[in-house]
Amino acid sequence: MSSLIKNIFRFILLMLLQVYVLDKVRLHQLITPYIYFIFILWLPFKIRRSTLMILAFILGLTLDSFRHHPGFHAAACVLMAYVRPFIINILIPQEGSETNFEEPSFRSMGGMLPYLIYAGFLIMLHNAWLFLLEAWQFADAWYFFGKTLFSTVIGLFLVLITELIFSRNQKFKTNSV
Amino acid sequence: MRNIFLFISRHFNFLFFLFLQVLSVYFILDYSKYHHAAFGNIANNVTGHINSRYFEVQKYFFLKKANDSLLKANEELYNKLKINYSIPLTAPKSTVDSIKVDSLQNYRKFRYLSATVISNAVSTNSNYLVLSKGTTSGVKEGMGVVDPNNSVVGIVTEVNKKYAVVMSLLHKDSHISGKLLKTGETGTLMWDGEIPNIVTLLGIPKSEKIVKGDSIISSGFSTAFPKGMKIGNVEAIYKEKSTNFFRVKFRTACNFYNLQYVYLIENVDQDGVNEIINNIKAQP
Repeated sequence: MSSLIKNIFRFILLMLLQVYVLDKVRLHQLITPYIYFIFILWLPFKIRRSTLMILAFILGLTLDSFRHHPGFHAAACVLMAYVRPFIINILIPQEGSETNFEEPSFRSMGGMLPYLIYAGFLIMLHNAWLFLLEAWQFADAWYFFGKTLFSTVIGLFLVLITELIFSRNQKFKTNSV
Repeated sequence: MRNIFLFISRHFNFLFFLFLQVLSVYFILDYSKYHHAAFGNIANNVTGHINSRYFEVQKYFFLKKANDSLLKANEELYNKLKINYSIPLTAPKSTVDSIKVDSLQNYRKFRYLSATVISNAVSTNSNYLVLSKGTTSGVKEGMGVVDPNNSVVGIVTEVNKKYAVVMSLLHKDSHISGKLLKTGETGTLMWDGEIPNIVTLLGIPKSEKIVKGDSIISSGFSTAFPKGMKIGNVEAIYKEKSTNFFRVKFRTACNFYNLQYVYLIENVDQDGVNEIINNIKAQP
C-alpha cells in the first residue's frame, strides 16, 4: 500500500477514534486521553518539514472543528511537528537509520526506550502547549502541571498499546538506491 | 534585498512554524467575530452531519433515562393544568361575562422549541453542544437552552440552517446571571474548568446567610431565560479574603453527562430589549 493512501486511512480512523471513543471516556478531570497525534509520530522520516507542519495543522484543525473552537489543537500539533525532526536527530542510533527505515517505530529507533522518549517528549509538549492555551485565564499552576503530567502518562500508555497491537512490519531497505 | 531573501530561505521552517502558530492563536482569539461566519458554518455542516449519524446509534442506549426525565417533566406539567384548579364558589348566582377578550392583557413572552442534542462535551475547558435544529426551525442566536426539567444548560452562540451550537454553562467564557431562591441576591455564574457539574457563583455579599443545599435559580435579568429556571444547589461556600463576597460552589441541576433532549427558549421581546441596549451603547 502506498504511503499516501495508508496515511489518509490513518488520519480518518484516528480522528473517528478520538472524537467518538476517547472523547466520550471520562476518567478524571485531570486526564484527557489523546491518541490522534500518533498520526504525526508515525509520519515517514523523509517528509519535508514544511509538509509535516501543514499536515499537523490540518490534523489539529480537523479535531478543533469537532470541538467548535478552532485553533487549540492546531497550535499544539504544529509545535509537535516542528520539534519532531530535532528529537529524531538526537535519538537516532547511528547515521543512516532514517534512510534504512520508512517510519519511526521500535525497530527503526533502535529499541523501545528511545521510541518512548521520542513519543513521551512530543506528547508532553503537545499537552503542555494545549492546556496552557486553554487555561489562559486561569492562574492555577498545580492544576496545569497535574493535568499535563497525567494526560501525558495516559497518552503515552495509549501510544504504547497501539504500537503493541498494530505492530507495523518495517522493511529494512538497503542503502543501494 | 538579497540578504532578506537569504534570511527567509535559511530560516524558512522556523518562520513557517511561527506563521502557523500565530494563525492558530488568531483563530482562538478571534473566534467570536470572523470565524463564526466563515469557519463555523463549513465545519458545522460537515461535523454536524457526522455527529447526527452517530447520534442515531447512540440514542438507543439512553432511551430509559430520556423516558424517566420526560415522565418527570410531564408530571410537573400535569400539576399545572387548569383542570386541576377550580374557582371557589363565592357568588351564588351565575353572571354572564360580556367582555370576550382577556382583560388582563396577558401576552406570550417566551416560546419553547424542542431539539435533540447531537454532540456534547464536558471534558475540555470550553464545552459546546450541537443541537439538531437551525434557522429553518426558528432558532436564533442568544436563545436560552434548558433540559426537559427546566434546568439551565446554556445559550445559543452560533446557528446555521440545520444546526445550532450552544455554549454550555461549562464554558470558561459563559457568564449567565443566577440568584439565590431564598434571599434573592443576584450573582454571576462562572466555571473554573475543573469538575463538570460543579460551577461557581460569584458576587454574593458576605452579609447574606447561605447554607448548603440552597437553590440557585435564573434571575430573569438576561433576555435568554425566564425568571425561576433551576440552575443548581449549593455544595460548598468559601469566603474570599480580599473582597466582600462569597465564592459559592454549586452542583448544577442539569446533568451535563447525559443530555439527550433540550428545549430552546425564544424571548419574543428580545429584539426590543436589544434595540434599547444598542441605542445606549451607541451613545458616546
